[in-house]
Amino acid sequence: MADKQTVTFIITRQDGPDSAPYKETFNIPYKKNMNVISGLMEIRQNPVNANGEKTTPVQWDMNCLEEVCGACSMVINGTARQSCAALIDQLEQPIRLEPMSTFPVVRDLIVDRDRMFDALKQVKAWIPLDGTHDLGPGPRMPEKKRQWAYELSKCMTCGVCLEACPNVNDKSNFIGPAALSQARLFNAHPTGELNASERLNGLMEDGGIDGCGNAQNCVEVCPKGIPLTTSIAAMNRATNIQAFKNFFGSDHAH
Amino acid sequence: MAEHREFLTRRLHSFLGVVPIGIFLIQHLVVNHFAVYGEENFNQAADFMHNLPFRLLLEFVVIYLPILFHAILGVYIVFVARNNTKNYGFFRNWMFVLQRVTGVITFVYLIWHVWETRIAIGSHGADYSLMEGILSNPIMFWFYIIGLVSTVFHFANGLWSFCVTWGITQSPKSQKIVTYATVIVFLALSYVGIRTLITFAYGV
Ligand code: HEM
Ligand code: SF4
Ligand code: FES
Repeated sequence: MADKQTVTFIITRQDGPDSAPYKETFNIPYKKNMNVISGLMEIRQNPVNANGEKTTPVQWDMNCLEEVCGACSMVINGTARQSCAALIDQLEQPIRLEPMSTFPVVRDLIVDRDRMFDALKQVKAWIPLDGTHDLGPGPRMPEKKRQWAYELSKCMTCGVCLEACPNVNDKSNFIGPAALSQARLFNAHPTGELNASERLNGLMEDGGIDGCGNAQNCVEVCPKGIPLTTSIAAMNRATNIQAFKNFFGSDHAH
Repeated sequence: MAEHREFLTRRLHSFLGVVPIGIFLIQHLVVNHFAVYGEENFNQAADFMHNLPFRLLLEFVVIYLPILFHAILGVYIVFVARNNTKNYGFFRNWMFVLQRVTGVITFVYLIWHVWETRIAIGSHGADYSLMEGILSNPIMFWFYIIGLVSTVFHFANGLWSFCVTWGITQSPKSQKIVTYATVIVFLALSYVGIRTLITFAYGV
């Protein structure tokens, strides 16, 4: 390690969706309490690489800066996490930044997480409320259940669990852990329950819950501490029962 | 139904791993253990199994077809994973990799084993002296040890993920307890199998 005066970044960059990735090193002045994003902001102010050459500023995504939006996820020293919550003092140098490999790169560290929204559509992770007339207030939810559901609702679609999952990659069509848990959240909601079987059938479509191989990295890396593997096991049971109902059941109402 | 083909295929894969393949594996190891009580005992047991009514049908329905299905889809599942224990070295991630590695070792071992002790010898069943002949060669002895331990590991750890796949163990606590239970299954079945191999190889 050089000294506390500089911070070294080795960043995997890519100029556009179809261009080849390359690595570029930057040395920036150290400041107290820096995080990875403030480091990237330094580079943006003075986009000069370690060889003293002027270059384009590194692009990244961010929004909330407090680990609730999920936009700033990237691979930092090998593991995927939020760059706004990654403190320089706690990272080994040089700090290696890469875009998450599970998603298509837009530019530099910015990736396109659209596939996560497609996954939410596949499992119908919402509650249909539209009507032509006033539907009145919804049913009440027991407080204890609400607190439990709140934990599942913290998912910010950050993509870290997909990046850590060995079964989410370009050879597989697995939609990843996040959406599986969201189906459980909406199936537990008193109004969402009305469409429970539609979500279960969504989980059984290609790329759905059967893609899980129980490596359980997701639950280890989720920054929101969502009990993803418990959700997956619970949805395994629910989809199995749904599959039996679909086959042996006397009607298709549920 | 048709639109859930992938789901149903994977559920069948999981189910077959235990019923009938896993049950057959236990039966196979236990019956072979007769060798430890003497050549006569083993040959009697082997004869009994060999002369079961409808033997060929039973073999196909209970053993060959399920294993073929499980193994071929299994190799595909192995190919689809992108293992990442280097960056995510958690216990279950290692088990995930080992499940795949032992699956492939088991695949190679089984082809050899079935060829050598079933297909190559034709319609008269395997007996003690056949196994003694194979296993007194140290290279084959260790090949069998590796194949056995790998298969038993694959089955024991597979039981754990079977419990998750079928939604039996959901809470982290129940999953942990079943992890310990499958360690016991692994050790117990490894003992039964290795003990038999030692008898064939060294006569003790
Ligand atoms: C004696 C032979 C075998 C037995 C008893 C056995 C048993 C099992 C069991 C019980 C499972 C757990 C199912 C689940 O996760 O729900 C499993 C999974 C698996 N088996 Fe086997 N198996 C055998 C042979 C093979 C072979 C030859 C392969 C070929 C590579 C293979 C590949 C796999 C794979 C990849 C999985 C993981 C599936 C997943 O995570 O979804 N198995 N096996
Ligand atoms: S489940 Fe956790 S890791 Fe996965 S997308 Fe949601 S917040 Fe991120
Ligand atoms: S910027 Fe929102 S999570 Fe980092």
